[in-house]
Amino acid sequence: MITKLIWRNLWRNSRRTLITMASIAFAVLFAILMQSLQEGVFNNLIKNVVNYYSGYIQVHQKGYWDEQILDNSFSGDVTLLAQLQKNNAVTEVVPRLETFVLASNKNITKGCMLVGTDTEKENKLTQLKNKLIKGAYFENDEDAVLLSKGLAKRLQLEVNDTLVLYGQGYQDVMAAGKYPIKGILHLASPEMNDSFVYLPLKACQYFLSADDRYTTISLGITNPDALEPLKKELSQSIGKEYEVMTWQELMPDIANHIKADGFSFYIFSGILYLIIGFGLFGTVMMMTVERKFEFGMLLAIGMKKSQLKRILLSETILIAFCGVLLGMALSFPMVYYLQENPLRLAGDLAKSYEQFGFEAIFPTEINATIFMTQSLIVLVMTIAIGLYPLWFVNGMNPVKAMKK
Amino acid sequence: MKETVIDAHNLSKIYDEKTIPVYALNKVHLHISRGEFTAIKGPSGSGKTTLLNMIGGLDEPSEGFVEINGTNITELKGNELIDFRLNNIGFVFQSYNLIPVLTAKENIEFIMLLQKRPKEETDQRVLELLKQIGLEDKIDKRPQELSGGQQQRVAVARALAPKPQFILADEPTANLDSVSAENLLDIMLKLNQEENMTFIFSTHDQRVINRARRVITMEDGKIVEDTAETVIIHKPK
Repeated sequence: MITKLIWRNLWRNSRRTLITMASIAFAVLFAILMQSLQEGVFNNLIKNVVNYYSGYIQVHQKGYWDEQILDNSFSGDVTLLAQLQKNNAVTEVVPRLETFVLASNKNITKGCMLVGTDTEKENKLTQLKNKLIKGAYFENDEDAVLLSKGLAKRLQLEVNDTLVLYGQGYQDVMAAGKYPIKGILHLASPEMNDSFVYLPLKACQYFLSADDRYTTISLGITNPDALEPLKKELSQSIGKEYEVMTWQELMPDIANHIKADGFSFYIFSGILYLIIGFGLFGTVMMMTVERKFEFGMLLAIGMKKSQLKRILLSETILIAFCGVLLGMALSFPMVYYLQENPLRLAGDLAKSYEQFGFEAIFPTEINATIFMTQSLIVLVMTIAIGLYPLWFVNGMNPVKAMKK
Repeated sequence: MKETVIDAHNLSKIYDEKTIPVYALNKVHLHISRGEFTAIKGPSGSGKTTLLNMIGGLDEPSEGFVEINGTNITELKGNELIDFRLNNIGFVFQSYNLIPVLTAKENIEFIMLLQKRPKEETDQRVLELLKQIGLEDKIDKRPQELSGGQQQRVAVARALAPKPQFILADEPTANLDSVSAENLLDIMLKLNQEENMTFIFSTHDQRVINRARRVITMEDGKIVEDTAETVIIHKPK
């Protein structure tokens, strides 16, 4: 009978109940969509940034990141590579030898970042081949370079021309060499595009007199959300002579930007919850005042306040549950659609995104945690608002309540 | 000697006690015996409803106390008082008496559910009451599908369902047309005579006053006249 009463009470003013449920559903939908979009955009940004060069995790000789010189490189230990590769969470292991050198053509000279890398593994991690705009991709056994577009332009070089490199090798050995240009790359950031030269790892080690030495091992991983545990695990397994760094430590500016933007999301969410909360509160207050006489009558004929409060709370919980479930049901296809068909920027804005190597898209992220968290927040908020009728009944005097 | 059901001693209700005291009730003494059919009349503000609320345990007196079947209800608090009300006092209000989302049958059942009576007993009692009020064909109708008079009859049945000591009715015929009012009074008189149920009304309605056995007149919070044991005036045929 009580269940019947609760259910029928819900539908005594079906339009109002439906509007209330719809506003709860809208709150859930909007909150989920907002957070999914934000996480999607961030993850896309991270994917772009990380996949362009750094990888999610890097391994160096301890102290290398603070002083990035060849003397802080480490011996290319096969067992170390194998140890990293055998971890199931690691997808790619890309050894690199990196240093600054001078690049020259005739009387034009420019400082540049020389990256010696395993050509196949590098392509798997950063899809370097896709960034080729001229020429062909290089092989591990070749003595040829891939030159970034800006640098090529500055040095007035084209594919098949010769690039001269000067620098200081391992243990201060003089390094000099000339290499044919096999391809020109368009790289993500303008900074990289103006200064990067790729050489196959073996050739680079020979050029710098750093046989079998690496400065960096970049890692691709299966689950970017489990970065910290993986870092800890790898640090423990490879020993203290190496430093294991996440992309957040390698690029703190981007990590801080994401953090700051995340904070603004909480402010927007708070405003959204407030608006919807006040709307709901108005409805609940109106429903309560409208039923004042009825509550008074029920208390007068012998219903306990606790019984009446249980009924009212159940009504609120039921409306809240239906609204939240509806919101979740509506948001899933929407989030899924936007994940598959992300919002795409157009015009100059899109061009400026692409210029920095970012895809000009706003994808959403399907994540059960987002659905659960946002639904739970709205549910708790609604139930908290639903405490108002309980408070109202608590202080109710049946005689006063039934006065017209 | 008749059994006393209600014994109100020196009842006063004073508003604004600290500034200018207003006496809604002023030292009222009242004894109601089992089986009485009593009307309390008087102009608006004379204290009829306040007296009824005190007898029903809905309002606390500023002074005095009310005993029902020997229990001082003025001393009862919280759930104890609610339980006492549920099991001993039936209420019929002027209007909007029923739970709008429940049917006539469910409205009557509801109060027995609050009493946690067994289902079988409840079903039997509800059908019996619906028969007594002549609404056995309306058991599944919701209040909005019933006329005002029918709704009040259901309210009377609901008040009777828990087998209370007495029924308090606050202007039960105020919103009814003559025919419905007479019907309601017929039913209440029948229940009074057949089941010896005690009824106490507050009313302005001359039809109710005419048919009451005892008429109490109130003015300014005091009982100014009490025609205890007057002749029953039967409904003219």
